[in-house]
Amino acid sequence: MLSKYRILLPVVSLAVLLALTFWMQPRAMSYFGLNLLFNLAVPIALATIAQMLIIMVNDIDLSLGAFVSLVACVTATYLNDTPALGLLILVALVLGYAAMGAVIHVLDLPAIVVTLGMSFVWGGLALFILPTPGGAAPGWLRAVMTVKPPLMPMAVVAAIVIAAVTHLLVIRSGIGTVLRGVGGNARSIARAGWNVAQLKALAYGLAGLFGVLAGMALVGLTTSADANIALRYTLLSIAGVILGGGEFIGGKVSPVGAVIGALTLTLAASFLSFLRLSPDWQIGAQGAILILVLTARLLFSRRGAAA
Amino acid sequence: MNHDDNAPVVALTRAARHFGPVKALDGVSLSVAPGDCLGLVGHNGAGKSTLVNLINGTFGPSAGEVTFPGGAEGVRSVFQELSLCPNLTVAENLRIAHPNLKGFGWRRAARAEIRESLDRVFPGHGIDPDAEVDSLSIAQRQMVEIAIGFAPRGGRARLVILDEPTSSLDAGIAEQLLSHVTGFCAAGGAVIFISHMLGEVFAVASRIVVLKDGRVVADRPADDFTRSGLVDAMGHVATEAVAQQAARSEPGAVVIHTPNGLEARQGEVVGLSGLAGHGQAAELARLYFSQTSDWRAGRAAQAVFVAGDRPRDGVLPLWSILRNISISVLPRDAKRGLVDRAAESRLAQEWKARIGIRTDDLDNPILSLSGGNQQKVLFARALASDAAVVVMDDPMRGVDVGTKQDVYAMIRAEAAKGRTFLWYSTETEEVCQCDRVFVFRNGAISAELTGAEITEERILEASFEMQEAS
Amino acid sequence: MSGFAKPWLWAWIAAGAAFAATLGLTAGRGAGELAYAAMSFGAFAAIVGMGQMLVITLGPGNVDLSIPACMTLAGTLALKVMGSDPGTAWLGLAVALATGLGVGLANFALIWLLRLPPIIATLAASLIYQSLAIWSNRGLRIKPPEGLADFATGRMLGVPNVAWVALLLALATWVMLERSVWGRWLLASGQNLRAARLAGVPVQAVRAATYVAVAVFAALAGYLLASFSGGAALNMGAEYLLMSIAVVVIGGSSIAGGNSNVPGVLGAALFMFLVVSMLNSYGAGAGVKSVLTGAIIIAIVIAASARRSRP
Repeated sequence: MLSKYRILLPVVSLAVLLALTFWMQPRAMSYFGLNLLFNLAVPIALATIAQMLIIMVNDIDLSLGAFVSLVACVTATYLNDTPALGLLILVALVLGYAAMGAVIHVLDLPAIVVTLGMSFVWGGLALFILPTPGGAAPGWLRAVMTVKPPLMPMAVVAAIVIAAVTHLLVIRSGIGTVLRGVGGNARSIARAGWNVAQLKALAYGLAGLFGVLAGMALVGLTTSADANIALRYTLLSIAGVILGGGEFIGGKVSPVGAVIGALTLTLAASFLSFLRLSPDWQIGAQGAILILVLTARLLFSRRGAAA
Repeated sequence: MNHDDNAPVVALTRAARHFGPVKALDGVSLSVAPGDCLGLVGHNGAGKSTLVNLINGTFGPSAGEVTFPGGAEGVRSVFQELSLCPNLTVAENLRIAHPNLKGFGWRRAARAEIRESLDRVFPGHGIDPDAEVDSLSIAQRQMVEIAIGFAPRGGRARLVILDEPTSSLDAGIAEQLLSHVTGFCAAGGAVIFISHMLGEVFAVASRIVVLKDGRVVADRPADDFTRSGLVDAMGHVATEAVAQQAARSEPGAVVIHTPNGLEARQGEVVGLSGLAGHGQAAELARLYFSQTSDWRAGRAAQAVFVAGDRPRDGVLPLWSILRNISISVLPRDAKRGLVDRAAESRLAQEWKARIGIRTDDLDNPILSLSGGNQQKVLFARALASDAAVVVMDDPMRGVDVGTKQDVYAMIRAEAAKGRTFLWYSTETEEVCQCDRVFVFRNGAISAELTGAEITEERILEASFEMQEAS
Repeated sequence: MSGFAKPWLWAWIAAGAAFAATLGLTAGRGAGELAYAAMSFGAFAAIVGMGQMLVITLGPGNVDLSIPACMTLAGTLALKVMGSDPGTAWLGLAVALATGLGVGLANFALIWLLRLPPIIATLAASLIYQSLAIWSNRGLRIKPPEGLADFATGRMLGVPNVAWVALLLALATWVMLERSVWGRWLLASGQNLRAARLAGVPVQAVRAATYVAVAVFAALAGYLLASFSGGAALNMGAEYLLMSIAVVVIGGSSIAGGNSNVPGVLGAALFMFLVVSMLNSYGAGAGVKSVLTGAIIIAIVIAASARRSRP
């Protein structure tokens, strides 16, 4: 029952925000308008899913923004120039993430500090690859990100696909269930005979995979990369997970919610620009919206607890 | 039915388990055969949990051996503390315990299996397999755990260990469980049934094993026991505790009165008794929190707390012994907000001598001390303050006999000076030293004893449910 | 305290090694300049690092992500009030500190009243502080009053004035932590919040005071940095978010709380600057510098965990 409450709030906040946007700017209610509104949502949604996979096992990832930036740099250089090498690097990055998860668990290290250190490493590698902004998106990636499907714009279709796939993976599949169990009660998982280090490596590896997809999607949209292109994704993704009804501990996450949370964050930015709010207040208003939704969440969870 | 029907499922041969100097289990020989329903009883600390952990493989024996002639698969434990993943659904929790449930449609299979098991054990349970465990009541969670224990999970359950399985079930549902256990054993399964409800033990057990101080003191068919005989077998030999109840000052005005009915007067030593985990600790914590503030700490605290669960409630693990002693009295001795280190050191030295903390140097880390000495530090922390009320949550765990006597005397002396002690203890002998005793059962006070009424028999009687399980 | 390793020593040794390695290349030339730069820039990292240290001492989950925004806001507001007029330095300082007080109280209100995890509360609030800073800073490029700018870039007895400020603050923090009742309460709360509460520590008051303290430290750093660099910039705090956490960890404080280390933060702040200078003088690119910084942070965490699990 609680999980249903969890998804209700993100849906309501997105719907309210969307309604307000359409009310203020009726022209946004079109194929083209929606595409504009949600254009940048795809990489943010993928990054939010990556963060969610880490939060699912009771850790937090402060390196995600730097990692996505690094992937963007690799995509705009190696993957474009020498696809095989580029692919190899991306696979290695995913494995690196998995190894990071295993090390954090086995040595019992604080994830917040390890990922903080890794953010310098990823950032440094990104600078190494692309010291100045540049590079180019592979043509096929550009084509994928700008395809115009019928009925709904690409961004919306992609968000739905991401939500559906990750829902199947995290909520419906057997292994996803066990992974959520690690966040819920790691002791009981270990007692049932599972290897928690392997499970953590898997969660981190999946997060790495979604981080890679986020970086690639971002380059597909922007056509070039730089080493700082996605640094703000670290905080955006954390906010997206929490907006989507996730919690920092206890393995309580919702992939659909996380995608909606990412859409809400993207829409909030567009909405505020429609509001003709002075640009001074745009960022602050995002913070205010975040606090507002989280306050609403508090009321919801009180209600849920009382029921 | 198993092929080798007569081979025991599990056999312990002179199995022992030591934790440092403590002999939690001291050479136990025991076997459980298919069809057995073994009732395991004993007072707190008799070694029941240690025995369970040896059988389910949480740790190995220090000496002797534990063997499974038919293999260890099919041996399940249902733990007293809840071990489900609260963020998953009922069916998903079965999946955790049943790793072979794979592939497409595992969810349907899991749902069917847990529903079938629930139906079998608790007909009419009303639990939705798709409900998140978080949303279930404590009783429903316990039912789910039990059902997972009895579920086939790709094989079949051969031995199910139930540790206080009815502690949060109401009578009707407990009755369903008992009849299922009976049927399960009749069909060739084995059960180890641990309960403080003696009526239930008599209702299901074919054999009763009584543990005391880590040893088996009785192992006979259930029919050979009478209720009072069973209580006698569990109890300690009566001690000379009653003799010490002289020289008590007249108790003063009521200083504590809780909604639950707990009452204490000035200068009184009030005991809280009953089996562990029946709400005594929670009552004391509530009481303490209501007497102190999250926001202010004056020069003199109203109440102080002596923790028994040292790692969770008491010890500040990174600190020295000195700092652990002084934390509660810092505001009293401070000068302009700064710690008076001379006074702090004097105080610590004084208490080191008074309570006998065994260390060369009070600047040593607290964790360098043995458990008993850590406990003395916590006593010193509380007694060094001027608080009128001292709340003690089973504070004598791991304390040696000599120290205990010293602390008893100290408590008496402080009470005579007008301090009030609230003392929860799992050791009946200690409770017998109190002026007044409240016995807890299932979170409520089941008896209030004073003066000559405070005897081991009366306390045991009030701790155990004597009625027939109905 | 016998039996305890001195983790702060390592930060200082590392800083010394980085210093020596840099000078090794220039055969000792420019030692004075390097020391001056390290102490100046290290001072800002040390001030915010000490604030972050106090919060991290509160235990797992406690961290302040609003430090950069608070620095920027305090710096801009102070400069705006001072408006380059001479003799307003103290007024500006008061405004900056009041800003810190307000930010700290707001952060704790979100954490306590709305029960938000500190990470998300300080993150969301920092967006608002950032907007406030943008709004109040619009299009103005105000220079600090001349006297203040001279003070911020000046030196006394060969040591930069900002380093003296950091030192004084470090001394005060050290006395607070090691000698005062509040310090004991803070350390106790960070080791085990429940045990501290049961020992009579007013834990909510301690938490509130700590969140106010970190914001005031950040505000002071913002005020000094704005004066030092000739004006406030909107991104002036950006690098201090990760920096503040990194110096706490390198300085030997435990990320698990209850253990803080003032000298270690100072050493780590110097080290963070010196290691970059060293890599610069060896001609390392920005990428290599960053990778090595990250590797050092992780190596230190692993070493610290090995030390923890040995006894």
